[in-house]
Amino acid sequence: MNDVKAKRLDEIIASHSRREGPLLPILHDVQAEFGCVDDDAKRTIAKALNLSRAEVHGVVSFYHDFKAEKAHQPVLKLCRAEACKARGVEALVAGAEAAAKGRVEIETIYCLGLCTVGPNAMVGKQVHARLDGPKLAALIEEMV
Amino acid sequence: MATIRISDDALAIACGADDVAAAFEKAGHTVERVSSWGMQWLEPLVEIDGKGFGPASPEDVAAIIDGSSPLAIGTIAEHPWIASQQRLTFARAGKTRPTSLEDYEATGGWKGLKRAKEIGADATIQEVMDSGLRGRGGAGFPTGIKWKTVAGAKADQKYIVCNADEGDSATFADRMVMEGDPFMLIEGMAIAGFATGATRGYIYCRSEYPHAIAKLEAAIRLSAHIVAPFVLEVREGAGAYVCGEETSLLNSLEGKRGEVRAKPPIPALVGLFGRPTIVNNVLSLAAVPYILSEGGKAYADYGMGRSRGTMPVQIAGNVKQGGLYETAFGITLGELVNEIGGGTASGRPVKGVQVGGPLGAYLHPEQFDIPFDYEAFSAVDALIGHGGITVFDDTADMAGMARFAMEFCAVESCGKCTPCRIGSTRGKELIDRILDRVPRNRDDVETLPQMHNAPTGQRSLEDEITLLEDLCETMKFGSLCALGGFTPYPVMSALKHWPEDFGARVTEAAE
Repeated sequence: MNDVKAKRLDEIIASHSRREGPLLPILHDVQAEFGCVDDDAKRTIAKALNLSRAEVHGVVSFYHDFKAEKAHQPVLKLCRAEACKARGVEALVAGAEAAAKGRVEIETIYCLGLCTVGPNAMVGKQVHARLDGPKLAALIEEMV
Repeated sequence: MATIRISDDALAIACGADDVAAAFEKAGHTVERVSSWGMQWLEPLVEIDGKGFGPASPEDVAAIIDGSSPLAIGTIAEHPWIASQQRLTFARAGKTRPTSLEDYEATGGWKGLKRAKEIGADATIQEVMDSGLRGRGGAGFPTGIKWKTVAGAKADQKYIVCNADEGDSATFADRMVMEGDPFMLIEGMAIAGFATGATRGYIYCRSEYPHAIAKLEAAIRLSAHIVAPFVLEVREGAGAYVCGEETSLLNSLEGKRGEVRAKPPIPALVGLFGRPTIVNNVLSLAAVPYILSEGGKAYADYGMGRSRGTMPVQIAGNVKQGGLYETAFGITLGELVNEIGGGTASGRPVKGVQVGGPLGAYLHPEQFDIPFDYEAFSAVDALIGHGGITVFDDTADMAGMARFAMEFCAVESCGKCTPCRIGSTRGKELIDRILDRVPRNRDDVETLPQMHNAPTGQRSLEDEITLLEDLCETMKFGSLCALGGFTPYPVMSALKHWPEDFGARVTEAAE
C-alpha cells in the first residue's frame, strides 16, 4: 500500500470517528474513493476500529455494494425485480449483453423505486427509465 | 411570465424532467422544482397556473406555452385521479418545493410538533394510540403500543430509527416522502423522540435512492434548530434487501453484517446499541404530524375495521396509469387495478397482481373484490405489506415468477436461519425440476441398505409438488423473519391460481 492511499484511508476513518457505528459509512467512502474495499483497506479499518480483520471482511462480503476488486469496466445496474419484469425487462437482457460486448458490466439489481416507468437502470447515481432495446443500447454506448 | 412547476423527484428526472426544465429556462421562463403529484405515467408533468401537461419532452415547450399542446390534462388538482384520493400523508405532493422551509411552514408544517409539546409526551402517545395507526412497513403492528413500550423503558439513551430501506418492488411511497416532503418525516421523528424521550434519530435509507439521501441531508441541516434537542442523521444502506427487516437494520446501523436477530428481546426494549429503540417505517412516521395536528380521531375516521386511516397505495408494473394513490382502507383491489390503474399498459388482459412486494401473494382477477384491509388480505393468505401492487398481463409466466421468488430469497437471505438460507436454493432447484419435467432420481445415500424405508423409484411430479408444498410450510413456520417466512406466499399462490403454468400434469396433481 502506497503512502498516498494510506493517508487517504486514515483521513476517511478520521472523518467518521465521532459517529456511532462508523463501519458502514467508512466502507461507503472507501468504496467510492478506491472502487473497492481491498485487503489493505480492511486491515487498516480493522485496526482503527479495534475489530478483527475477519469481522471487517464479514461485513464487506455481506453487502452487495462493497466489492473486493475494482470493476474493470463501467457498470450498468439493470433492475430485474417484479415490476420491471412485468414491464418486459427480461426481453432486453440478451440485447443489452450483446450491445455491451464485454465493454460494460451489466449488473442485476432489485428495484430503484421507479416501478411504474420501467424497465429502469442506474449508472453511478444517474437513473434512467422507460428503457427499450435501442435506448438501453444507446445508454451502454455512451458509457463505453 | 408564468412560473412553470416541474417535479424534481427521481422518477421525473429519470424520465427527463431536468432536460424539460432546462428547455423552459432557456425559453426565458422561471422554473420551480416541486415534489411529484404521483401521476407517474404523466411524468415529466409540467404545471402552469394549475394546468398540467404531460408526459413532456423538451420539444413540447413551445406548444405548452401557447396552449396548443395535445399533452394538456386540464387542472391537475381536479384530475379524477387526484380528486378521488384522500391525501393526508401526501397532502403536499405536487404543491411544495421539497427542501423549502418556507413552503413547509406555509402548508401547516411543524403544527404537529408544536401541539405535541403543548399537550405533553403522554397525551402525544395517546393521540397516536387513538389514531389506530399501524406500522406501514408491512407487519401492521400498532404504532402507539410500540411508542408506549419505549416511553416506559428506562435508559440513558433511546433512539428513533426510521426504516427507509424500501426494497420491495412496486413500492416507492417512502421515496416520494423523502424526496417530496422530507420535513414531514423529520417532524414525525421529532414528535416520536419527544413522546418517548429519545434524543437521537437515524434514517436508514437504501443506497439505491441517492436523490432521497441528498434531499434528507439538506432538510436535516435546514431544520436542525427546529427539532433540537433531537439530533438526526441519515445512514446509507449497502444493497442488502434483508436490512429492511428491523433487527437486521439495527445490526447494519451498528456496523455489523445485516443478520436478523432472534426476538425476544424486542427492539423497543433492546434495540440499537442495546438501547430502547423505536423502529418505524417512513410512512408510519410521516402520518404522525397529521395525527398530532388534527387529532388521532380525525385520522381514525378514515378506514375500515381495524385498519384505520389512509394507505398510500402504489400501483405499478404493467399498468396504464401507475403512481401513488392514497386512499382510506376499504377500497377493493379491482377498483385500484382496473378503474384507477386503468388496466394494463400493454392493453392485454390482467393475468394477476402481486400485492406487498417480493414476499406478497399473487392474486387472481377473481379475487379483485377483496377490500384493501389488513385482515381481509390475511384471510386469503395474502398481505398488504407496504401497499405496492404489481400488475401483470396475460403474457406473464407465473411459474417463472414463483421460481424468481425463491431465487430472490436465495440471493438476499442473510444466512442466519436454515429454512431461508437453504430452503430458498432447494426451492429454486425443485421448481426447475418441475418445469423441466425431470423428476429427481434417488441419490446414493437414499439407496443404501440402511435406508430401507425410503422409496426407491424416481420421484413423480406429484411427489415434487408435495415436496414443494412441504418446503414452503417449513420456510413459512421455521424462518426467523419475513424474508424466508413470506417467500412461500408468492410461490404457493402462483401454484394455486395458475397450475397450468407449471404444466398439465401439475394441474391434475394440484386438484
